[in-house]
Amino acid sequence: MTASAVRRWVAPVVLGVLALLLWQAFVVGAGIKPYLLPSPTAIVEQLVLVLPLVWSAALATGMNVLVGLVVGSVVAVGAAVVAARSRMADTLLSPTAAALSVMPIVALAPALNTMFGTTSTTPRRLVVSVVVFAPVFVNMLRGLRQVQPVHRDLLKAYAATPRQITRTVTIPGALPYLFTGLRIASSTAVIAAIVAEYFGGLQNGLGSRITSAASNSAYARAWAFVLGAILLGLVFYLATLALERTVARRQGG
Amino acid sequence: MSAVEARGVGKVFSSRSGDVVALEGIDLTVAAGEFVALIGPSGCGKSTLLRLIADLDAPTTGELTVFGKTPQQAREAQDYGIAFQQAGLLPWRTVTANVELPLELHGVGKAERAGRARELLSLVGLDDFAGHFPHQLSGGMQQRVAIARSLAERPSLLLMDEPFGALDEMTRERMQTELVRICAESGAAVVFVTHSIPEAVFLSQRVVVMSPRPGRISAVVPVNLGDVRGEGLREDASFFAAVTAVREALHGTPVTARGVDLR
Repeated sequence: MTASAVRRWVAPVVLGVLALLLWQAFVVGAGIKPYLLPSPTAIVEQLVLVLPLVWSAALATGMNVLVGLVVGSVVAVGAAVVAARSRMADTLLSPTAAALSVMPIVALAPALNTMFGTTSTTPRRLVVSVVVFAPVFVNMLRGLRQVQPVHRDLLKAYAATPRQITRTVTIPGALPYLFTGLRIASSTAVIAAIVAEYFGGLQNGLGSRITSAASNSAYARAWAFVLGAILLGLVFYLATLALERTVARRQGG
Repeated sequence: MSAVEARGVGKVFSSRSGDVVALEGIDLTVAAGEFVALIGPSGCGKSTLLRLIADLDAPTTGELTVFGKTPQQAREAQDYGIAFQQAGLLPWRTVTANVELPLELHGVGKAERAGRARELLSLVGLDDFAGHFPHQLSGGMQQRVAIARSLAERPSLLLMDEPFGALDEMTRERMQTELVRICAESGAAVVFVTHSIPEAVFLSQRVVVMSPRPGRISAVVPVNLGDVRGEGLREDASFFAAVTAVREALHGTPVTARGVDLR
């Protein structure tokens, strides 16, 4: 490991450990009641106890995130390609994207629960798709519009077909923008999937576990599930980041 | 048959604030294999004329043919290769893949593409950079890749819009020498847009001088410095004489000679 890599990893870890120590000292020293703030050791104790449950809950929520992310992104990319080609489609789709981006999932989740029934994962996955659509659509569309005039002239000089232009210039040029959109979307997708579970329905995900633990006054356990939620968010963020890096390297970035 | 034939070609750009006459009454013939430079101040329509020949824009008036066809037919038949002021390489493609782009678009097979790209890269002296990406190259090297790309389909006409405009003087002179050699080897006609008088004189057989508002051809200066043009030519008296002739044509009046102090 090089010196810069050590600095990059060691500094945040030291800061994190220091914060945990302060937290522990504060809770024990000031005698804070567990229902106000459990100590890190109590949370870890609970985490060890309910680890299989955290794992299965994270898998359930993670599946919702994954399906919603893929469906939302595919629809958004398709819509962006159409909007970039036709002005009319753009005037129809862009306001729709804006409307979707301000739609409160808190309002959407209960409505969809009623629509699809409480034993279905569909409402949660739909909520995630809706949340994912706007950032992916907006960024992809901007990317598709970034074609440099010199590239447009060049491809016209080569008498390239519209399909060839899309394949050789437009799509590769838009990819970095798509990944920016996906990176934003992946974090909000995890949040949306968890929040969507707060409104009843299946009790198998992280969000449901957090609410039920909290309502049973098992605060340390609730925090253990929160920890699971943080890790799930990190996994999705790092996965999109890795995908972005791989494509960038293949494109010579 | 001449490579380019323009008769009374004009171009008017319409905008909300009114019409702009970019070109008016252009008569120009470029013979097959001839190197013609278009020179003039900014806004004289030299790039516009090149874009009309390339069928990237359409003339408003007059008649324009490229190898006896309409510019559109010539473009679709890939009769010309083109290079712009910006190299315009695709940043996500390697140097080789950039050179192969036109061949790939026109369905040339993989093995043949690779062979042709190797040939072209050695022609522009970039054999060692075949697998590099554009951002790993200097501006001059990128421009050489763009020139290699413009030659990929062995065009009988090369259209070049200030391809060395963004380069430093030293790189520029080296590129000019290379271009003279490449053109002699390929036998292509060239229409070369520039705003550098020495560049126009060094490269071409005829310099077409243009004036702005509206863009017109104000003079045509034959240069004829011979087929073999090496670095020595840049310090030759005939070179300076031709530079002076073009300069006078550009300014419209003879430049009064001054005492030259040689030390």
